[in-house]
Amino acid sequence: MELNILLFGITKDIIGQQKLRYKMPAGATVPDLVEQLKKSYPELHDLDSVLVAVNNEYGQKQQELRESDEIALIPPVSGG
Amino acid sequence: MNSDDTISILLTDEPLQVDPAIRSVQAEGAGAIDVFIGTVRNNTQRRTVTRLDFEAYDPMAVKEMKKLAVRACEQWPVEKIAIHHRKGTLYVGDIAVVIAVSTPHRQAAFEACKFTIDTLKQTVPIWKKEIFDDGEVWVSAHP
Repeated sequence: MELNILLFGITKDIIGQQKLRYKMPAGATVPDLVEQLKKSYPELHDLDSVLVAVNNEYGQKQQELRESDEIALIPPVSGG
Repeated sequence: MNSDDTISILLTDEPLQVDPAIRSVQAEGAGAIDVFIGTVRNNTQRRTVTRLDFEAYDPMAVKEMKKLAVRACEQWPVEKIAIHHRKGTLYVGDIAVVIAVSTPHRQAAFEACKFTIDTLKQTVPIWKKEIFDDGEVWVSAHP
């Protein structure tokens, strides 16, 4: 399946675009995606944390991803 | 609790004003209003900051700000709460965030306001980049 991933903050700089189309095997989970992205973009390892949001909510640990999901990478937040 | 009237959430490109946040939490049952205003400081670890660029994942940021307001209302006897956050480019002295909380007595207002700003900084998907004379950095990105 091909996922659409929104990128913000430093992850946008590391990956070099605002939106990423990214292939993952069907049934892939949130941690699978993070692990694979870290292989594709090793600089993600340097971040304090990389979370995944699924449809505007923080993704759960073993949550399965679907092609229709709105997915976003959430690097450490720094609002306020 | 009626969330339409008691919770005011704003995420905007426009300069933030303090008065609307305060007005939005005025309530007859309130004996206290506590306000936190986050402003742009001119330095970080002795480096001169020229501006901050705030970026938000808008729909999720608004959702998380609402959740945060609801959590504050569950933990303290909040009459009304406002969480207003700016995005875009801000300069020294500009207001980045305004939080206002009204409660019957002051202690709860102080505590709920502190909880809200502390938790906002941990959960709401907003990012700031500090721009210095000689470089730039996404705040908190690296350990």
